[in-house]
Amino acid sequence: MTSSTPTSTIFLVLRRLRTPLIVLILIFALSVLGLTLVPGPPDANGVIQRLSFFHSVYFFSYTATTIGFGEIPYAFSEQQRLWVTLCIYLSVIGWAYTLGTVFAMLQDKNFLNAVAVQRFARQVRSLREHFFLVCGYGETGRLICKALDELGYRAVVIEKDETKVGDLELQSYSADMPALCADAGEPDTLLFAGLNSRYCRGVIALTNDDSTNLAVAIAARLLAPALPALCRAEHAETVNNMASFGTRHIINPFEQFGEYMALALHSPAAYHLLLWLTGLPGTTVTRHRDPPVGKWVLCGYGSFGKVMTEALENASLPVTIIDRSPPVDPAHHWIKGDGTGADALAAAGIREAVGIVAATGNDVNNLSIVVTAHQMNPGLFTVLRQNQVANRALFDAFESDFTMVPSEIVAHECLAILTTPLLAPFLAAVRKADDAWAEALLQDVTGRFGWDVPAVWSVAINISQAPSVYRLLMRHEARLKLGDLLRAPVTGRPELACRALLLLREGDPPRLLPDADQEILLGDQLLFVGDETARKELGLTLFNAHTLNYVLTGLDSPGGLVWEWLAARRRAKDAAHG
Amino acid sequence: MNLEKVIFGFFIVFAATLNFGFFIGEIDNPSHHDIYELFAAIVVNLIATVLKFGDRTQIGAIHLATSLVADLQLLAAAMVWGYAVHVAGTGLTAGVMSSIVSLSGGALFANVISVVILIAETIMQRR
Repeated sequence: MTSSTPTSTIFLVLRRLRTPLIVLILIFALSVLGLTLVPGPPDANGVIQRLSFFHSVYFFSYTATTIGFGEIPYAFSEQQRLWVTLCIYLSVIGWAYTLGTVFAMLQDKNFLNAVAVQRFARQVRSLREHFFLVCGYGETGRLICKALDELGYRAVVIEKDETKVGDLELQSYSADMPALCADAGEPDTLLFAGLNSRYCRGVIALTNDDSTNLAVAIAARLLAPALPALCRAEHAETVNNMASFGTRHIINPFEQFGEYMALALHSPAAYHLLLWLTGLPGTTVTRHRDPPVGKWVLCGYGSFGKVMTEALENASLPVTIIDRSPPVDPAHHWIKGDGTGADALAAAGIREAVGIVAATGNDVNNLSIVVTAHQMNPGLFTVLRQNQVANRALFDAFESDFTMVPSEIVAHECLAILTTPLLAPFLAAVRKADDAWAEALLQDVTGRFGWDVPAVWSVAINISQAPSVYRLLMRHEARLKLGDLLRAPVTGRPELACRALLLLREGDPPRLLPDADQEILLGDQLLFVGDETARKELGLTLFNAHTLNYVLTGLDSPGGLVWEWLAARRRAKDAAHG
Repeated sequence: MNLEKVIFGFFIVFAATLNFGFFIGEIDNPSHHDIYELFAAIVVNLIATVLKFGDRTQIGAIHLATSLVADLQLLAAAMVWGYAVHVAGTGLTAGVMSSIVSLSGGALFANVISVVILIAETIMQRR
């Protein structure tokens, strides 16, 4: 057996129980042997009787198990009673010892662990649907699991903290999510969790510890190279390290938020479009105030502060930094002081500023900074960094313009990458596009679908994802237009409530927002946005040839060979007559 | 020398020798086959089985399997004995005795395999 198989619990049990079992056998054997040898009462002829083996085993079986039927088959002699008394005490000792060992074993950490690992490995092996391997069930992990559950995917969770695993079991997910309390940094654990399984769709490393995430990234790269790995990294060294061996997606929440901020400054509409498309399913996006142009104040020049300063300065906005440490970067206007006090804020010119970024690593300080600043200048645009999710109530009460919650940013990004691979190229195009284009698109889609986070999905025109369209196109009978496909399979064939955002075709540049006349070819990949009903109805059209036929022609085709033949005859007759 | 190995070898060989001692003799003659020897063989075989628990190697698995076979055969022999004497009431006829002894002969075969494996394992170790 290889080391990758979990410790077999049955062998562990047997090994532990070896001594008690031998003790029991010895006690049983000694007692039975004694019973056959001890002289019994004389029978009618005065001959001394002795118990046979059969009777001895019978007697001792009910005596040792404390059933105690009495003296069978005849009243015992005094010698026999003496021996039986001894046997009773021996057997009690034997049972006490055995039960003691069993209970000690049941409470043994190693044993419990072996049982848990085995159950988990069995659960994962018996999974027959696609799942994601989530390492780390912190705040981000919880958001991702919830979203995956809503999207109909399974997740397998590895978490080091026992209480968090317990928390997972209390959550009411629609599907059962196998969870293991173990260190995700160990390759064996990842293998138990189905890293090699053909149902595994991706690995998501979200632990608080950068080095664990790095270990997961390496294991995924070496053991399952084809699998997309998403890894959270907060330090620049980790990012570089992960990138050096080709980790597909590295998510740094600070960088990500910096990009959002830069996008919001450069093109507010594009920013809102991005928020709307990558939102967590079941949530509603609210339209923010656009960040104003003018003088900004930033408190706390840590890794997040650095990213934010860069984003603001790239938009050529002047930034004044308040930090407790002396200036590390002479290029910036730097006030040494405490942002929570009014003095430092006044010195940084908060009254003339248009926005403030509270970027320290302490939630209470961040809140204190923005509250003080807000009192001095009520029109300020506030950007707040929230470190602990537990402080959500406080941050909600303040109603800042932007709140940076690392866990949510990582969750958004992961979901966007995992569930709709085509979204990334579209978002890249959105980031580059000008504001007017993004504004027009935003008005159009939110006008049609509302501000609730929509369904975003991609479709590839191939045999597995769109068999009916594939067959139709293989016959080369007709040209298929996108607009014809996007109709509901109900009377009147109304347009589906969805819109194609992107069409990718081998060898062509990506087509943004393909219109209804766009021809569909084999091998095309399409990204759609719309509501959940449209998604289901389009899926039906893509899979069912009859539905496709109805959607394209408005004719209900009769199913079955006989009816098809009759219908063909009727059509031929009609054609001949008229 | 390892005490555990000594005990292990002792019980396996002892199980085989007791089994052989019971088996040897005219097959249908009750006076050639002592009930206490059968009892001892059963007890020693059971202990040998328990000693083999928990070894996950291939050889360990075969060891355990042969012991389980021997236990089964000997217990069957004891049951036939008990049934003939106490339940059916026919006593130890030649037919009953020969079926008891032949069952124990099956167990003896399993025990011999056990001993052969033990020897093979020892030779393979070369130390």
